[in-house]
Amino acid sequence: MVKARAIKEMLLFNMLRLAVIIIMLSFFIVLYFLAIHGLKVLSIPFLIEMPRSGMTEGGIMPAILGTFYLTLGSIIIAFPMALFTAIYMTEYAETRSKIMQTVRIAVNTLVGVPSVVYGLFGFAIFVKVFGFGVSILAGSFTMAVMLLPILIRATQEALLAVPNSFREASFAVGASKWQTIKRVVLSSSAPGILTGIILSISRAAGETATIMFTAVTFFTLSLPDSIFSEVMALPYHIYGLMTEGAFPEKQVPIAYGTTLVLVLLVLSLSLTAIILRINLRRKRKW
Amino acid sequence: MSEKGLKELKSEVKNLNFYYGDVHALKNISLPIERRKVTALIGPSGCGKTTFLRCVNRMHDLYSHNRYEGEIILYPEGINIISSSIDPIEIRMQISMVFQKPNPFPKSIYENVAYGLRVRGIKKSQILAEKVEKSLRGAALWDEVKDRLNNSAFDLSGGQQQRLCIARALATNPRILLFDEPTSALDPTATSKIEELIIQLKDEVTIIIVTHNMQQAARVSDYTAFMYLGEIVEHDKTDKIFTAPSNKLTEEYITGRFG
Repeated sequence: MVKARAIKEMLLFNMLRLAVIIIMLSFFIVLYFLAIHGLKVLSIPFLIEMPRSGMTEGGIMPAILGTFYLTLGSIIIAFPMALFTAIYMTEYAETRSKIMQTVRIAVNTLVGVPSVVYGLFGFAIFVKVFGFGVSILAGSFTMAVMLLPILIRATQEALLAVPNSFREASFAVGASKWQTIKRVVLSSSAPGILTGIILSISRAAGETATIMFTAVTFFTLSLPDSIFSEVMALPYHIYGLMTEGAFPEKQVPIAYGTTLVLVLLVLSLSLTAIILRINLRRKRKW
Repeated sequence: MSEKGLKELKSEVKNLNFYYGDVHALKNISLPIERRKVTALIGPSGCGKTTFLRCVNRMHDLYSHNRYEGEIILYPEGINIISSSIDPIEIRMQISMVFQKPNPFPKSIYENVAYGLRVRGIKKSQILAEKVEKSLRGAALWDEVKDRLNNSAFDLSGGQQQRLCIARALATNPRILLFDEPTSALDPTATSKIEELIIQLKDEVTIIIVTHNMQQAARVSDYTAFMYLGEIVEHDKTDKIFTAPSNKLTEEYITGRFG
């Protein structure tokens, strides 16, 4: 009897282990594959030069810059709104009211909307109606709308994870509601909120469909000089090279190299944020 | 009660009724709270003692569908602190509470004690440091933590955390200090340390303590009120309640026949 149970435990544990191994392997296989094909084009000039000769030579600097601006822009727009929405939903609103139920349904639905839909929405509203044109501004706003539900949800979870006993302790010493939120709730949930931002960075940097009609073009003559400029972007550049490139022998390796740069960019942004989060967590253990 | 004069009373509860939504949780509570004495509230689970305690510092205002009726008069001003025209935050600035389960903030020991002061706009580090030390001494915790004020409060043991919460509550010089079963989550050694502390503190501050531990009430308090099903059954000097209670129900509870 006991032996059978022990065997069952061991089998299940190893199944779980296998799942983890498969995931880790997939990650390294993808990285390896990209490296094999892309490392040969990777170099300092590749990162800092403009493309030349119909995208068969030179670098991808404008695409790196474009992705950077769009990611930064969309998070700067989306985060404050997401934060205030999440704070309102968890700290102020009556959870059971009709309005809150509607907001919750809206957020949960929006999380699942495909990015191309956001792209078209952004094209209609920001590019056309608001008149931003195809630009960093339009792209950032469109991406911000896409990131909003993700950020709201992640921030909300972080806020809800703060035990109520902290809030009561704060009130019991005479703090006001906003003081409690600022000094206790936000302070304690900062690491969790940072997680949401990390996820959004990864999402934003890799998005293609959202920026396709709103911010990017395949080739720019110069680097962007204002928020109304069109830009190149890493994911779109990969797409362009692979589908419309006329010189595949030169351009496919460049596409792999671009992919590698994108992966490394996202990894390093995430790593920085993760290190920051570890530091924050150290001072806030509970 | 009025013959005692304002000098003797810190507060007076008059016909307090409290409703959680439609539930009539406290029924016509009337009770004097003697100044700089410990008043204990005892009674079986669910009798309303914690509900009553949380009326005194308006904690019920934090949640919806709660309603107060009646008066809790604070002396010497003579104002009714549960009146809706009074800002609950003003009340909580003068009446602090220590909870059943220690709940320090996930901050350093120093910042925990300084919290109430910072919230009142006190920023000068010298003033803060002085008050933090004074409060930690007042809570009999200073010697144990003076070398590690910047460590996380969660490095402390349960008993130390509770004394930290007491220091936090003391830092703002409250006029009344409320204790909600402060030792029920602690071991006997920590419990007795806190009981000693309460006896010391009453020379400076008026204390109301809710406890389900009758021996504790007998040890630390000057006056005791026995509550049952949302009402005050009997209120008198602690000695009298525990040796010769006037009410039969009180006697049955004290001798352990129920509760």
